[in-house]
Amino acid sequence: MGLELYLDLLSQPCRSIYIFARSNNIPFEFKHVELFKDSVLGKKPAAGSGAEQPRAGPSNSEGAGKVSLLKKVPALKDGDFTLAECTAILLYLSRKYNTPDHWYPSDIQKRAQVDEYLSWHHANIRANAPKTMWIKVLIPLFTGQPLPSEKLQEVMEGLSTSLKQFEERFLQDKAFIIGSEISLADLVAIVELMQPVGVGCDIFEDRPRLMEWRRRVEDAVGKELFFQAHEMILSVKELSNIQIDPQLKEQLAPVLMKMLK
Amino acid sequence: MGLELYLDLLSQPCRSIYIFARSNNIPFEFKHVELMKGERATMSLRESGFRVQKHLLSLTSFLEVIAILLYLARKFETPDHWYPSDLQKRARVDEYLSWQHVNIRGKGSKLFLTKVLLPLLTGQPLPPEKLESVTEELNIVLNQFEEKFLQDKPFIAGSEVSLADLVALVELMQPVGAGYDLFEERPKLAEWRRQVEEAVGKQLFQEAHEGILNAKNLTADKIAPELLEHFKHQLLKQAS
Repeated sequence: MGLELYLDLLSQPCRSIYIFARSNNIPFEFKHVELFKDSVLGKKPAAGSGAEQPRAGPSNSEGAGKVSLLKKVPALKDGDFTLAECTAILLYLSRKYNTPDHWYPSDIQKRAQVDEYLSWHHANIRANAPKTMWIKVLIPLFTGQPLPSEKLQEVMEGLSTSLKQFEERFLQDKAFIIGSEISLADLVAIVELMQPVGVGCDIFEDRPRLMEWRRRVEDAVGKELFFQAHEMILSVKELSNIQIDPQLKEQLAPVLMKMLK
Repeated sequence: MGLELYLDLLSQPCRSIYIFARSNNIPFEFKHVELMKGERATMSLRESGFRVQKHLLSLTSFLEVIAILLYLARKFETPDHWYPSDLQKRARVDEYLSWQHVNIRGKGSKLFLTKVLLPLLTGQPLPPEKLESVTEELNIVLNQFEEKFLQDKPFIAGSEVSLADLVALVELMQPVGAGYDLFEERPKLAEWRRQVEEAVGKQLFQEAHEGILNAKNLTADKIAPELLEHFKHQLLKQAS
């Protein structure tokens, strides 16, 4: 029994871990968790926490539920050791499997830049990008209410502000966040920015510098792997055909409606 | 030109850096910044041209403290327990430092802002239901903290104090500064707090917290108008 990674590729943090592990040929058993089927999406889906919390229940999520103290995806199980939180998992994998230095450079100043981005990411990109999916897809799906356009506008503005900061403060004129080579910072950023793309908000469209960076990141991890990881989110409109557990719908609808206000 | 740390001890991230640096006898020049006066550029690290953090700002929105703490730990080769080289222990520290952003940090700050600043901004007393709801939110994450992170261990990573405990405790002192003694009915937390204080040095800990423990005495005239505007905006956002 080796390394097990509990993932749902609809989730951004899960994608960064999946891409990182595959790109570095880290052997693992992919434990598929289906967030919408097996889980309660957190009590209050505060779009900043990304705390998708599977309940320890039927088949698929049972492992994930037991595995992680926090009952979240992504989750890692390595023998008796279990771990949650995307950053912690990425760092653990990079250390245990001695991945190439550029992912988390040993140079302490470069490393600090990665740490700085990973920290900032939480309250900024990660606070805004996921909301696009909630507003455009999930809320209408769960509540049967039409898409609230002013809310979407608000979210897109918030996201724009974060993107501006991302370009000016972190990316600047460099090829990647820390310079000439890709690191965990770029990976964590890109998967988050693909979320709005998946729901039809193409944030790369009017941002050539970002688009160039994206191409470089795709090349660095491997285009095929990148697209494979993003297949689900890029066809998320199919989500509307997903059978959502009616109990789940009932539970979440009022919470989601509250989120709209 | 050596290490300069720009800090305001009213801010949790600033306190963790201050305590960590002093506790490890890291030589630095303390540059006092007063957030309430509207002074900016808090918490940046300047060292022969290398700046980890340029922007910054308020009591609540600074997250890059972790980058600074890790940088200091590495550069000054602080004792291993702060960020253990053992893979699994280190992962536990990373896990906490990641989780805490929106949880302990988020809810602790919210309570402080609501209890101390909201009345100052509105000139009205704080409606009890408002306080009740932010307190409840904080209690939920405190339960999670005790059950998932601390469990039966003396410290988050195990038997020794680490950056995770330091970052956690300074955050929990924020609501205490607002007058909400969350340690009162939580003996396990109180014991953990006692041990963390001892590990960094009781006197240092008290000194770093002097300001925040007097926060109740803040009055609107002591706060720069732009800052009041900023807090108003943040509280309105959080209220939704």
